[in-house]
Formats: sequence, structure tokens, C-alpha cells
Amino acid sequence: MFTVTDDLCISIDHEMDIVTARQKARELAIAVGFSSTDQTLIALAISEIARNIISYARCGKVTLRRVDEGARRGLLIIARDDGPGIADIELAMRDGYSTGKSLGVGLPGAKRVMDDFELMSSPGQGTTVTMRKWLR
Amino acid sequence: MPVPILKQGNVLIASIQAALHDRDLVQLQDDVAEQIGRFRTRGVIIDVMALDVLDSFATRTLRSIAYTAKLRGASTVVVGIQPDVAFAMVQLGLSLDGVATALDLEEGLAHLGGLVRQDVHRDR
Repeated sequence: MFTVTDDLCISIDHEMDIVTARQKARELAIAVGFSSTDQTLIALAISEIARNIISYARCGKVTLRRVDEGARRGLLIIARDDGPGIADIELAMRDGYSTGKSLGVGLPGAKRVMDDFELMSSPGQGTTVTMRKWLR
Repeated sequence: MPVPILKQGNVLIASIQAALHDRDLVQLQDDVAEQIGRFRTRGVIIDVMALDVLDSFATRTLRSIAYTAKLRGASTVVVGIQPDVAFAMVQLGLSLDGVATALDLEEGLAHLGGLVRQDVHRDR
């Protein structure tokens, strides 16, 4: 049994949208029943991913989705942009690596704090980050 | 919304409000650097108690504020990092290396008070 509830879409066009994205994510995380520690981890991961959109692609979209998958409940986050894309994903996922606009902790850090993390990107094709956090 | 900065003796106290935007933090960096000179400030306290997230940008900017203040002759203490925020920072790999921290405003003032007293002693 796989049930998907309504998506919550947040346009990321301006740095102020980063705050909106993490506030909405926290609201949804509370509704799903995440602990306050996990709410903060989710909000932080979204902040990093949304900031990457602003820094590297200028604009994009974050989709938040409540997921009920059998006995598992959780939160799915999809961040999508049509920016320049990432040529070397392995390098981009390395701790401390940055092309100069950040500390280089955003992507590897977000991966560490989420349960599932998938990065799809190629030059000229934009970037999609898909992350899941399951309720413990 | 700009971060309000209070002047208490020779200490500046910046209390960051919730839902801080990037530009407010960058503005705070400029304001602190300028006010240190204007008020001949020796200490800066940045209170982040109201923040529910400290991300990589906020962390980096707090470090910049502290380093800039140091070059202007003032010590900075970041106070009020909440337990969940601290835990999430550690998990993500964010640090405030080289920046003094204290539990809350009271501890922050005590920390700066100690530094100022040391300076006075050294002057003699």
C-alpha cells in the first residue's frame, strides 16, 4: 500500500524563500510526528539544499510530501532546479569541497542527516535532490 | 528585519530574532563593525536563542562577524544556541571554530567581564 498526500510546492527564487521552505518543512514535520530534534535536522537539510538552488541555479522549486509506505511514515523532499548542473557529483558530495560559494558542507551534510539521499545532475540538465526522512 | 543592537556599557548585544534572512545577517556584520568603532566597544554578544536553525550560511557569517570584531579590537561571544540546533550543527558538520560561546546572555556577559578585567590588570 502506497499513499501519497498532497504536495506542498515552494518556489525558491529569492533568499527569503529559504526561510519559507524550512518553516513549511518544520510545520509538515510536526504534522507527521517527528521529534523536535528531527524537525531541526529536516529544517537544516532543507536550508542547505534551498540555498544551493539560490547560489548555483538562481531559482528552482522545493516539493514537500508526506509519505505513508506500509508501516513507515515519513517526509519526502524534492529540490529541483534547471541550473547549470553538477559535472562531478562525487566531488560535490565530498566534505569540504566547494566551488567557492559556501563551506562545502551542504550536500554531504544534508545526506548525513537524512535517511535517503539521491542527487541527480549533469551539466546543462539542472539538479534534482531527493531526500527522505522516516519517522523513528 | 534588521537585528537590533543594544549598547550595554562597553558591550554590544545583538539579539537575533526568529526567521532571520541572509541579508539581515550580512547587515549585522556591517553594523557591528561600525558600532565597535563608534562606541569604542570591547565586547560583542550575539544572542541566537530565538533561532531554530543555524545553517552553513549563518554559521559562516557568525564566524565572519567574530573575526571582523576581533580585528576591530573587540571580543565576541555567541550565546543561546539551543540543544536541537547544536545537535543538528554537529550532525551536519558545522562548527564555530575560534568563536567563543556561552550558554546564555548572563554567561556571555560574565565571559566578557572576565576578559575586560584581565585587560585592565594587564594595563597596570
